[in-house]
Amino acid sequence: MAAHGDKARALCGGTDLIIQMRAGVRRPEYVVDLKNIAALRQISFSMQHGLRLGAAVPAIEIHENADMRRYYPGLTEAAHLIGSLQIQSRASVGGNLCNGSPAADTIPALIAVAAKARVIGPQGERLVPVEEFCTAPGRTVLQPDEILIEFQIPTPAPHSSDAYQRFIPRNEMDIAVVGVGAAITLDPADDRCVAARIALGAVGPTPIFAREAAAALVGKRLDEASIDNAARAATAASSPIDDMRGTAEFRRHVVGVLTRRVVKLAAERARVAQSR
Amino acid sequence: MSKKVVVETTINGEATEFLCEPRQSLLEVLRDELELTGSKEGCLTGDCGACTVIINGRPTCSCLVLGVEAQGKKIDTIEGLARPEGLHVLQRKFLEHAALQCGICTPGFLMSAKALLDRNPSPTEAEIRYALAGNLCRCTGYDKIVRAVIDAANTLSGARAA
Repeated sequence: MAAHGDKARALCGGTDLIIQMRAGVRRPEYVVDLKNIAALRQISFSMQHGLRLGAAVPAIEIHENADMRRYYPGLTEAAHLIGSLQIQSRASVGGNLCNGSPAADTIPALIAVAAKARVIGPQGERLVPVEEFCTAPGRTVLQPDEILIEFQIPTPAPHSSDAYQRFIPRNEMDIAVVGVGAAITLDPADDRCVAARIALGAVGPTPIFAREAAAALVGKRLDEASIDNAARAATAASSPIDDMRGTAEFRRHVVGVLTRRVVKLAAERARVAQSR
Repeated sequence: MSKKVVVETTINGEATEFLCEPRQSLLEVLRDELELTGSKEGCLTGDCGACTVIINGRPTCSCLVLGVEAQGKKIDTIEGLARPEGLHVLQRKFLEHAALQCGICTPGFLMSAKALLDRNPSPTEAEIRYALAGNLCRCTGYDKIVRAVIDAANTLSGARAA
């Protein structure tokens, strides 16, 4: 990758890259298959160190992993929404992020759980918060000689959980018109929200970290009033466009609807999450 | 044009070696180099599933795999589904239920269904429909395909119980 700079492109599952090469959208002279590097293929979780999720782990292995389903249900469901089983056998979360689509399902879910992307290159290593990774549609902070190795994700706090939902006009196998991810931590004594992160997909040139929406919940009980405030703040943070998948007006409406739903779902999961 | 690469793989249980250009998809290699034309080319974007093969136990669109990625893998294609003694039970049930009309999607459906039954011998109807969601059929309306897979699963589990 270092030798060929922007003439090279990393390959993991190929479910975006091979299509883009066939369509002439990307024309790399060199394709470097990274998925046989062991560090990019591991899922390791411990309560002490949190999660390390290899960039090339295919989506289906995430869904099959008991720690992923238990501790990161929102991220797991986002990965399991991508395409068919044929696609999930190949497509990786790392590829989903590096492809840089504003509509990528796993990116809002990664932002919600405060994932950091570990990037390595000839100049050394750096950790990039996922909310800072995408810079424009199809563009990221990755330099041509850098690769994404893994995601480092903190252990969920006690009484916390996450959720991701998207709107598509059919049941399965489509690109998000809107996607919303949320992670919620509750105080079990009085059910107040002590921490929250909310992120939006497909409603701006990059995935959006909606800090104001989360701030509307912190310190409050998650009742209709506080959740409505969060939904309004999320809608205000979005900047959707009209395109073939939906109008901007419709998308703003759906941001509010999905924000309400994922906050409630993450909170329900947080209430039943065992004390860790 | 890049040099051709030697790839060693296992296809339908047989050690196989082929030469391919790095840009060629596994689907092109199967059809054009190895004359295994049962896997069909549909959309070339991973949407239709007509090119589905099983790679190391996972259903995969062979149009989105490079031929060189087959190195060291175990690949099952539609050509390996029937045994010398007869058709696979999925193939028989597709015929009995008339689960095909033009037939171009059928190899992909059969491979997706086989991958499902290999992992989950007693799937629910919802699990079958989910597993087949990556395969498109413009003729049958899907219901006969789902019935055929349910029947095949029942037949296989009945044979195991007997």
